[in-house]
Amino acid sequence: MTMRTLLYDWHVANKARMVEFGGWKMPIYYTTVSDEHNCVRKDVGLFDLCHMGQIRVSGDNALEFLQQVTTNNISKIAPGQVQYSLVCNDSGGVIDDVLVYRKSDSYLVIVNASNTQTDFEWFNAHKMHDVEISNVSNDILMLAVQGPNAEKCLQKIANIDLKEIGYYYFKMGEINGTKSLISRTGYTGEDGFEIYAECDTKIWEAILDAGREYAIKPIGLGARDTLRLEAAMSLYGHELDTDINPLEAGLGRFVDLDKKEFIGKDAIERIKDKGIREKLAAFRMLDRGIPRHGYQIVKNGKIVGEVTSGAMSPTLKEPIGLGYVEKEYANLNTKIDIVVRDKNYRAVIVKKPFYKRKGQQWK
Amino acid sequence: MEIEKKGFKFAETHEWINVSGNIGRVGLSEYAVKELNEVVFIELPEVGAQVNQGKPFGTVESVKAVFDLNSPATGKVVTVNQLIKDSPEKVISNPYKEGWMVEIELSDISELNSLMDYKEYNGIHT
Repeated sequence: MTMRTLLYDWHVANKARMVEFGGWKMPIYYTTVSDEHNCVRKDVGLFDLCHMGQIRVSGDNALEFLQQVTTNNISKIAPGQVQYSLVCNDSGGVIDDVLVYRKSDSYLVIVNASNTQTDFEWFNAHKMHDVEISNVSNDILMLAVQGPNAEKCLQKIANIDLKEIGYYYFKMGEINGTKSLISRTGYTGEDGFEIYAECDTKIWEAILDAGREYAIKPIGLGARDTLRLEAAMSLYGHELDTDINPLEAGLGRFVDLDKKEFIGKDAIERIKDKGIREKLAAFRMLDRGIPRHGYQIVKNGKIVGEVTSGAMSPTLKEPIGLGYVEKEYANLNTKIDIVVRDKNYRAVIVKKPFYKRKGQQWK
Repeated sequence: MEIEKKGFKFAETHEWINVSGNIGRVGLSEYAVKELNEVVFIELPEVGAQVNQGKPFGTVESVKAVFDLNSPATGKVVTVNQLIKDSPEKVISNPYKEGWMVEIELSDISELNSLMDYKEYNGIHT
């Protein structure tokens, strides 16, 4: 069964090309991927993210429970803060990458669309007493407003001062009169907000109206993917999967091995002691060819890795990619070859991310 | 459009061929380029390369995906459109004129009978 977001009719009426993604019918683009990509880099864009899942965790043992099922340390954030974290299995493989919102009386875990059910079941399988877990995905309308003019645009219809929301913080407020949780987070490499609103689709049109003077556009999943790729952010199913551990993925800073215990800790410690074999690397092409998911990476005729994501970068105007490469070939400036339709194209390992906005702070 | 496309033959895989003498000019249909949405890269064969009907002779890539170009006829490549190698967006903006891809010296003109005319192709893809 393919699900539709509350904004499905709007997307279709506005000539979006709809595709299936994670069990949902979603817009991949309205105009072109490049056009929408550039709009977010230069102005501001609006994303329908209603396909993503939200799991609410509450009860006296909520903190202890989340400490068990996620790798990062939630006691390091205060109410009103957001934390990027991973859900791992016993062997240290990544079940999902998530955002944990710490509210005063509960937690909201934002999960990938295709993993919502898996995560919910995993959480329930590891449930402790005095923990309530509920899948509240259907009660929340999730949107993102991203780009250099995101704040100015959204401020026009918000009843709280958005300047007071720091990076990876959130506040409760109203947008166009609709009760919303607003966080300064995103998946584009630009400044911007993610909004978890009560299910009222009027908020979508209200943001588009407010953003008109800043040339706002609705953005499809195509540009969402190229934007996150330039920012070298992982996409589940590409850079992350159950057979990949956080250390290989370069996400060790989101795993707190000092935490008393959590699922996957022993396995990740063993991997750390032994040393990883492969590593996620960023590369750009030296020859004219575009890397794609699944293409082989070779060095001196030997297969040393595989591409996980690749595209023609709309910002850099050159082909870029991410891939797992045997550790000894994953160092900066190492020349590798990407096999594109049985031919070798030269590429070079570069620093992550490919794109960083001016004045950007990194957590 | 109908009259303009009179001499054009179309493959099921959306390539067109327009023949004059024994030279066929090849490109992608308007329907296909709309599906592609945008083209950021094109790989075409060299002049002199042998191409075969129904077999891949090149690729077009959008930001997100790769598509094979299949030759609508068998023969030898005699000209490659340099313009679209440098400006691949021309394939989208003008698929039947500036956006053509290669010219082929045909080895068997009767092969074209297996292709569709514009009306037939358009009947399937509108």
